[in-house]
Amino acid sequence: MTTISTVDHTDEQGLEEQFQELLEHYRGERGALVPLLQGAQAIFGYLPEDVMKRVAHGAGEPLSKALGVATFYAQFRLRPHAKHTIRCCHGTACHVSGAARISEELVKYLGIEAGENTPDMLYTIEEVHCVGACGMAPVVMINDRAHGKLTPEKAVEVVRAFCAEVEGEGDGVPEAADEAGTE
Amino acid sequence: MGTERTIIKPTPQNPWLTIPEVDIRICLGTGGVAAGSREVLKAFEEELARTDMIAVIRPREDECSGQCASVTGTGCQGLCAMDPLVEIHLRRNGSHSQVTYGQVTPAMVPEIIEKHILGGEPIEKWLVLNGDEATEYNPFYDAQEKLTLRHVGIIDPEDIDDYLEAGGYQALYKVLTEMTPAQVIDEIKRSGLRGRGGAGFPTGQKWEFAAGYPTPDGVKYFICNGDEGDPGAFMDCSALEGEPHAVFEGMAIGAYAIGASVGYMYVRAEYPLALRRIKIGLKAAEERGLIGDNIMGSDFSFHIRLKEGAGAFVCGEETALMQSIEGERGMPRLRPPFPAESGLWTRPTNINNVETLAVVPWIITNGAEAFASRGYEKSKGTKVFALAGKVNRTGLAEVPMGMTLREVIFGIGGGVKNGKKFKAVQMGGPSGGCLPESLLDLPVDYETINQTGAIVGSGGMIVIDEDNCIVDTARYFLSFTQQESCGKCPPCRIGTKRMLDLLTKICEGKGTLGDLDFLEEMAQQVKVGSLCALGGTAPNPVFTALRYFRDEFEEHVVDKKCRAGICTALVTYSIDPDNCTGCRACVRVCPTGAITGERKQAHVLNQELCIKCGACYEKCRFDAVRRS
Repeated sequence: MTTISTVDHTDEQGLEEQFQELLEHYRGERGALVPLLQGAQAIFGYLPEDVMKRVAHGAGEPLSKALGVATFYAQFRLRPHAKHTIRCCHGTACHVSGAARISEELVKYLGIEAGENTPDMLYTIEEVHCVGACGMAPVVMINDRAHGKLTPEKAVEVVRAFCAEVEGEGDGVPEAADEAGTE
Repeated sequence: MGTERTIIKPTPQNPWLTIPEVDIRICLGTGGVAAGSREVLKAFEEELARTDMIAVIRPREDECSGQCASVTGTGCQGLCAMDPLVEIHLRRNGSHSQVTYGQVTPAMVPEIIEKHILGGEPIEKWLVLNGDEATEYNPFYDAQEKLTLRHVGIIDPEDIDDYLEAGGYQALYKVLTEMTPAQVIDEIKRSGLRGRGGAGFPTGQKWEFAAGYPTPDGVKYFICNGDEGDPGAFMDCSALEGEPHAVFEGMAIGAYAIGASVGYMYVRAEYPLALRRIKIGLKAAEERGLIGDNIMGSDFSFHIRLKEGAGAFVCGEETALMQSIEGERGMPRLRPPFPAESGLWTRPTNINNVETLAVVPWIITNGAEAFASRGYEKSKGTKVFALAGKVNRTGLAEVPMGMTLREVIFGIGGGVKNGKKFKAVQMGGPSGGCLPESLLDLPVDYETINQTGAIVGSGGMIVIDEDNCIVDTARYFLSFTQQESCGKCPPCRIGTKRMLDLLTKICEGKGTLGDLDFLEEMAQQVKVGSLCALGGTAPNPVFTALRYFRDEFEEHVVDKKCRAGICTALVTYSIDPDNCTGCRACVRVCPTGAITGERKQAHVLNQELCIKCGACYEKCRFDAVRRS
């Protein structure tokens, strides 16, 4: 499956081809609605209306049901999504170790509310429940890379360094977006 | 069996060509990576290549005659508090030494290579484990017994030969060659293994049910529940990241026992590293004929499909999980019928948690009695606990059931961080509760912990200290369950919302004593009225908080006081001019510019600008910022 971090969302024809392949791959398969939505989101970065319609058609379901499923799960996004995701973990260990202050500082640093995109569509910040690195709480994940044992100051520093790397390389994919490779 | 087929014993395809003199194993679990272990691994490879004396090799590919070293990334090594962890084995002149370094940075690597690897003298100040010599971290390791995590943190989870060399897939071989499905079920029943996902249902019995139900078309399903949603538990994540093959093997053994031909692994999308290693592992296992058609040449076929969870806590509930695999909204349904009778696509289905499945091969290899000889009363064997929060040695610890909470938190975990006072341990996440100091001598077993109002759950233990507010903690869990309620049944959908409203009201200092009674009544209604375990257990954090910490609730509603200083509406900060030295440290950290004052003169805090974040309170070294 393609990954968000390596897909060039501007190559429209390439995206269309990948989407066709995805629809073909799941043709006739039972229970394909969720993986189809996941695949489509990986290709387009979010689920635009026409994509939703075609996914529903591909899965042999009415659009209302596809929308019902897409809005049920936290993973799916119906609006465009910034290129890089900063997830502030609010699992229990992170909560008792001061995740709220970290969120506050990051929101302030990026100048957006949680769930919003920066105007340049480079960054978004999300508050999530547990990324599974509780031993390192409090944790912030930048794309697929976790950063642990943070203080509000350190969290801002990590994000600042990441932003500098992104903006320094222009359109490049910084180091933290590597490796794990799935979204 | 009764077939003429020859069943082929699994063996590693590429055995090591060289046993390296220097064997370096670096924790690449999510925790290790978060602490920077990838950079450390890179530094070891680069720095070793720079020395002329040592060749860096991949032991399965390279032969080496001189001094050679291998660098391996492993899964979680357990002691997350000291990540990145680096284990170094030296094999020289017929002797073998083993040490573990903690909190390694790339900058430390050249010195470790020069003094220890080349010079033979370990750098003691950085050691977490030092062979047979005692260190302050020994208590973390000594009480543990790793059955479930037997290979996690030791072998390379991305190399199937590592698992095979460690005896992997031999339990499946034993099952296929020596045991009937009924014997497998009997073995698991006698072991006393109970579901590690939370409910603690006997695994063998579950398999027996699923084996017993007929299926119209021969299809049964075997599902691995890797939707570890409890915030604060990460053992399934670590087991999958550290040794995915153990879980595949456990699934295949279970599938053989119940007669299933298709398996699903349902794993959270929030665990990218685990997903990646499952994909690598599944591909390798299929290529070697260990998963798929005619496993090991037998007439047993079992296919595993990976499903990524899409982010819904309720999908950890088995009927919701199956709905999700079917491509529906993950909403639980009434039971019966139980999945064993009518599960995925109405076929008999068995669902087990990751940790349960990971220990199954161990039981088959070592026997039911070996497992049952460990543990306590009705809770047999070992259990993995995730220690986190305000505890010194955070990490994963696998211990025999029946150890006391005190032994786990203070013995293994090394007590509360920064010398603070212990307040509670939160067990079982959103379905569990906070237990006070007075209950710490209870043994950890399913029945005992259930009686306290908390649950063993998936094994998360979050330590809370005097700086945490118990009302806020209860509110945190209710905000979680309220968000995660699927909305199908009103007691859960509306009840959790109303409970959250009440807790928020109390945290904001607007609560009354009557609200506490109302809260308790509401909790009771949600508990008895909800359709599934999410709603049925959502009130547990409130019940336990009111039962053991009622005084703290009463302080909030009567005295309008939050002793931990967490509920900001109930806190006021001020500066004591007698203690203030005018160092300006608080001025610099104040995010709203509420503190003013000249250097070396007492500062002033403007209450109208103060957002009560507490940054000044934490920063002041002269006890001049007061919280009341």
